[in-house]
Amino acid sequence: MRLEYFEMIDSVVRLDRAAGRIEARALVPEASPVFEGHFPGHPLVPGVLLTETMAQASGYLVLAHLDFAQMPFLMAVDKARFRSFVGPGAALDIAASLEHDGSGYAVTKASIRHEGKALCDAELRFRTMPFPAGLDAPMRERARRIGLLDAAHP
Amino acid sequence: MSNETATFDRVADIIAETADIPRDKITPESHAIDDLGIDSLAFLDIAFAVDKAFGIKLPLERWTQEVNEGKVPAEQYFVLKNLCARIDTLVAEKAAKA
Repeated sequence: MRLEYFEMIDSVVRLDRAAGRIEARALVPEASPVFEGHFPGHPLVPGVLLTETMAQASGYLVLAHLDFAQMPFLMAVDKARFRSFVGPGAALDIAASLEHDGSGYAVTKASIRHEGKALCDAELRFRTMPFPAGLDAPMRERARRIGLLDAAHP
Repeated sequence: MSNETATFDRVADIIAETADIPRDKITPESHAIDDLGIDSLAFLDIAFAVDKAFGIKLPLERWTQEVNEGKVPAEQYFVLKNLCARIDTLVAEKAAKA
């Protein structure tokens, strides 16, 4: 994870297109300016960044589902629950499933676990729309870097 | 209760709950945007609830394109009695395919 750059997903472990499910990993850095403020002397990953992590895993799932025809943008976060604390150096297991493939929007359920223990979960909704000019190629490159399509099964 | 009325009642309940609008303000003649003040985000919330409740997929992208291109007046989709008629059509089409 590069928290300051909002690059939350390190790698995609598995992408099951038929089932509409993705599994990904992320390693919380040992040091980040984020931890200087949240909180001084007691570093914790902010809930808002855990939400972003679930949103990015979901977003890659939707991108793969739509075969990069449209870009998902987060529009709603429902039923978000933060069940435990997590700090520097933690290895996160992120999962997301496609709950509904609407016209112009998509709905996912996502969760993060740490050492097998539930950390957080939420229901997320995305507006899907044509890529803004110039965003298509960088998103494909990011997806390639985290191994999104390499993890496709089938 | 006719099918039309039953659909309207379900849709009106969804709108009241999703967009926090008093149920008695919602009529078949209401325009979702002009009369009820539903914005695009809230309309997608409603579309999700309608998709789930009726087991259909409202073709919002096609409708938006048709309105933007001037092929269909927005009232055809946003006045609730018209929206409900389209929901009934989609439900019937799905049943015919099953």
